Amino acid sequence: MSELIEKDMEQEEDTQKDKYLTFLLEKDYYGIEIKYVTEIIGIQTITGVPGQAEYVKGIINLRGRIIPVVDVRLLFKKEEVAYNDRTCIVVVDIREVSIGLIVDSVSEVISIPENDVVPPPQLNKGFQNKYVKGIGKVGNDVKLVLDCERILDNDELESISSVI
Amino acid sequence: MLEMFIFETTQLLEQLEQEIISSEKSSCLVPSSINEIFRIMHTIKGSSAMMLFNNISTLAHSIEDLFYFIRENHPREIDFCKLSDVVLEGIDFIKKEVSKIESGKEADGSSFVLIAKIKEYLSQLKNIDGSPKASEQEQKEESTQKPNEQRFYISSQKKESPSNRNFFRATVFFEEDCGMENIRAFSIVHEMKEFADYIVYTPSDLMDNEESVETIRENGFCVTFNAAGTFEDMKDFFMRTFFIKDLQLEEIQDEEKIKNLKRKKEIILEGQNYTNTYTQNESEKNAEQDSHTAVSKQNMISVNVPKLDKLMDLVGELVISEAMVTQNPELQGLQLNGFYKAARQLKKITDELQDIVMSIRMVPLYMTFQKMNRIIRDMSKKLNKEVKLEIIGEETEVDKNIIEHISDPLMHLIRNSIDHGIESSQERIQKGKPEIGHITLEAKNAGGEVLIFVKDDGRGLDRNKILNKARDNGLLNKPENELTDREIFSFIFLPGFSTKESVTEFSGRGVGMDVATKNIEAVGGSIVIDSKPEQGTIVTIKIPLTLAIIDGMTIKAGASRFTIPTNTIKESFRVSRENVIVDADNNEIIMVRGECYPVLRLHQIYNLGAKTTCLNEGIIVMIENDSRRACIFADELIGEQQVVVKALPNYLKKVSGISGCTLLGDGGISLIMDGSDLLG
Repeated sequence: MSELIEKDMEQEEDTQKDKYLTFLLEKDYYGIEIKYVTEIIGIQTITGVPGQAEYVKGIINLRGRIIPVVDVRLLFKKEEVAYNDRTCIVVVDIREVSIGLIVDSVSEVISIPENDVVPPPQLNKGFQNKYVKGIGKVGNDVKLVLDCERILDNDELESISSVI
Repeated sequence: MLEMFIFETTQLLEQLEQEIISSEKSSCLVPSSINEIFRIMHTIKGSSAMMLFNNISTLAHSIEDLFYFIRENHPREIDFCKLSDVVLEGIDFIKKEVSKIESGKEADGSSFVLIAKIKEYLSQLKNIDGSPKASEQEQKEESTQKPNEQRFYISSQKKESPSNRNFFRATVFFEEDCGMENIRAFSIVHEMKEFADYIVYTPSDLMDNEESVETIRENGFCVTFNAAGTFEDMKDFFMRTFFIKDLQLEEIQDEEKIKNLKRKKEIILEGQNYTNTYTQNESEKNAEQDSHTAVSKQNMISVNVPKLDKLMDLVGELVISEAMVTQNPELQGLQLNGFYKAARQLKKITDELQDIVMSIRMVPLYMTFQKMNRIIRDMSKKLNKEVKLEIIGEETEVDKNIIEHISDPLMHLIRNSIDHGIESSQERIQKGKPEIGHITLEAKNAGGEVLIFVKDDGRGLDRNKILNKARDNGLLNKPENELTDREIFSFIFLPGFSTKESVTEFSGRGVGMDVATKNIEAVGGSIVIDSKPEQGTIVTIKIPLTLAIIDGMTIKAGASRFTIPTNTIKESFRVSRENVIVDADNNEIIMVRGECYPVLRLHQIYNLGAKTTCLNEGIIVMIENDSRRACIFADELIGEQQVVVKALPNYLKKVSGISGCTLLGDGGISLIMDGSDLLG
């Protein structure tokens, strides 16, 4: 009897596990665990805030809440492009902090079982690797799985290093 | 469930603390207080037993027993000091246990010692009460009334009855249907106090028991007293009463009876803080005032704070939506009189809704200030200094967040005042100051801020000592003679700074002021100290009133919009070439009516795309902060409006000059400028 109950409980937890929201950035597909994503909105007017890192574009008004937005292209040190109507803001909630991520376009939600996610190779790409938690294999394609927590933490490291 | 228990218990403990301290102050324990304390202990006993916190439960039970005894038997002499100590110790124990529970630890304190103490105190009370109880029984048998409890009045002179004073007993019957017999009887007693003492009367619970009216009607109002004067004098006095039908007056010669009465008084007189019926009525009034919180408690509801926050956000959005509807560009130029009338009505209602929701979060400072009573009481006992606390303006309201951050700093400030500031009684007498030290806690609204003052009349801050300590620690960043008094005094806010050589229980580590500063700055406030040697110290805390709404002037600079709080704006104008001067460092200065002010170009400070670079094409807004002024150069003025202040997300780095942001009518965001940062 208790085993049945346990199985039920496990199944409940599974609904969000291993599901990733994939988005496109330049030519690469990146995935974020769905549990962090609160909503996806189209690009809207961003109010710049002076004195921030260059990838922090500013703040937006989301139904009364002020959310900072980060351009993921700039975060990954890629070239910035103009925003078009496919550009989206993915609002993520990490440890009760909400941030918006500006991405080229949003793709789909897919399941990537744990076994298909391997740790990233230690290439000399340096900076970008910090955010990539792993590489997910989906059919013949490869999706780069992002580590959301690093996005938050990175800011602190930046500010410390800039002081030094 | 646990959260409810913690919340409820904490509230009850606070109430209990207030009750017991105010009872101690007025040196009497009115029935309503006793009942309140009993009720609180009973509730705590029940809820803690349910949550399986037995140590709290048994302690509550023993205090409950103690007050049960007090309620049923009304012991004559209660040492209020001791009683309060006992109860406060109990409260402290429960508080500690609750905070352990709150932080997830085991509530494993042992209440045995305390319970034993309480039981011992209770048996003491029972013993003392033993003998008067016996003679009270006698008295009851004598009187013909129902077994009402007797109360005694002792005049302040407390002199032995001289030979020309006699004991009288009078029984007064009022006319039928005159009504309000109990009040008439009470006024007789009241008048009697002018010339009589040792007044005993039945029924004694005139004011609070309705049945006393019946008793008086049936058996008359019986009063025994001691007064100077003849039998005739007494008779005259009584006959002056309105609606008196019949009077039975007798002089008591019976030595036994007189001795009985006297003996009781003596026992009572020995009790230290005993009160008489006269002051009892006064203190009942006080107790009623104090229990206004008890009454208003029933009209209150505890609300989940996130719900309130959500409500506030929604109302904010409503205001914006309303603006978007009524000021929609599509309506421009159309003649819609009916529509505009309705829109005005809508705006009126929305504004009122907003005001009320804003005020929901405002809580009076009353509770916080009252908490300080306890601290002063404890400290003045331990340090043997007599200190009196005066509270002014405790009904001033502040936002709920602020209350939580204010309590600790106030506590530290008061501890400092008592520990460092107020001198010992002998020293004070030597200096010619009143023996009792005074600490004043004052709160008032001033403009958009709440000011809280902590004043004491102690020995003040020692400027030189602080200066020396600062010098020793290498903290001086300006030449000494340039430091103002305020700046020198503000050294004590630095962590670890203390001019005390040794660390005591209360102070000396240099930590308190740092805590205070951090807490106050966390809510956006500021703290300054002023002091005069030998006269005292005043600590002023300034806190922005609502974090939420300010009047602001919106300006445009580049593609960004900024809002400047209206209360910092002095004036705005267009400037002409002639009045602009460039100094040696290439800083621009503007001359206005003979005074020079620096120009702050927002484009340069914030790196915005500049639209208007010519000074005379844009607009200058002069702002003032702390008597320093500067001119802000902006592209254009957009307009003045009330805006809802929102904090910048924590993720963003703090920018000098921006204190928050706000949502404008069109849904866009404007950054709120902070004058103090910009002016340096």
